[in-house]
Amino acid sequence: MSFINYSSREINCKIVYYGPGLCGKTTNLQHIYQKTNPDVKGKMISLATETERTLFFDFLPLALGEIRGFKTRFHLYTVPGQVFYDASRKLILKGVDGVVFVADSQIERMEANIESLDNLKVNLKEQGYDLSKVPYVIQYNKRDVPNAAPLAELRRLLNPQGAPEFEACATTGQGVFETLKAVAKLVLTDLKKMGG
Amino acid sequence: MIQSQLVMQKEDFDRVLGIIQRLVRDANAKGVFVVDKAGQLIGEAGELRGIDSTSLASLTAGCIAATGGLAKILGEEEFPIHFHQGERDNLHMTVVGERMILVVVFDERSSLGLVRLRVKKAGGELAKLFEDIRKKAEAQPPGAGSPFAEITDDDIDNLFS
Repeated sequence: MSFINYSSREINCKIVYYGPGLCGKTTNLQHIYQKTNPDVKGKMISLATETERTLFFDFLPLALGEIRGFKTRFHLYTVPGQVFYDASRKLILKGVDGVVFVADSQIERMEANIESLDNLKVNLKEQGYDLSKVPYVIQYNKRDVPNAAPLAELRRLLNPQGAPEFEACATTGQGVFETLKAVAKLVLTDLKKMGG
Repeated sequence: MIQSQLVMQKEDFDRVLGIIQRLVRDANAKGVFVVDKAGQLIGEAGELRGIDSTSLASLTAGCIAATGGLAKILGEEEFPIHFHQGERDNLHMTVVGERMILVVVFDERSSLGLVRLRVKKAGGELAKLFEDIRKKAEAQPPGAGSPFAEITDDDIDNLFS
């Protein structure tokens, strides 16, 4: 849910990183956190298990700058990827303004990608959203692994609708900011449409 | 997704602040926060200003959402009141209206009974106020007065330059 406050002249938007377990959602946020200027970011919160698997969500607030005198803030969330945390994923999608689907490029994770993408569509629908209408980008992560599926294959299975897509290696940071910028732009463009 | 957007004009925001500032005094609280169920901080008052209220808002919404999920498992609609007791500070959270959460932080200078009493009144006022804001937004044509109506693609690009 975007929140526009005319008194403090602020706009806040919520972006959710979705995807199967161990696809690199938290790594995306960690990279953004590490590479962002301290004065534009807040504290990163990770509600994780002892083995550092996301239990509930990660949260990172980012201030991008001003548009027409309004401070623009993005709240980045990840969901827990493991299948049995579905109840938590639904909660985090509440009020979402933009979605990043992080796909795991490894061939053996293809089924998990498809399952997670279907789960995203179902959970968005429960909240009254349609994935084709929500600002949405897809990131093919782990492009550096030797068993990475060909891009055409990923595209065919996960992105037939032709959403903006990015190749990435979140551990080195390649593609991470490109993905964030793309979804942030779509969210702002969406707000612009509402205002137009 | 326009139905989920919250646009708050200055006069409405001032009314929210007025209610929660009075709640700080009446409940003898350290701090009061209004948080949207999606995790956005709407307003804050009290001596706790300056703490990491953005994180507080996000975690509050997570907490309310998780216990809301628990409630549904048990066949309840919601658990509208939460109380966390600490050694020094205590946290009282109440669901207000359909989409807001009222958070009160208090210590030994106050008591749970007093906080609950005062929250009931302030919560009712806030629920009514947010309902008014919602109705006002619905009565307006989509996007009316939005600061985004006139932004250009260049404005958006400049954010990332």
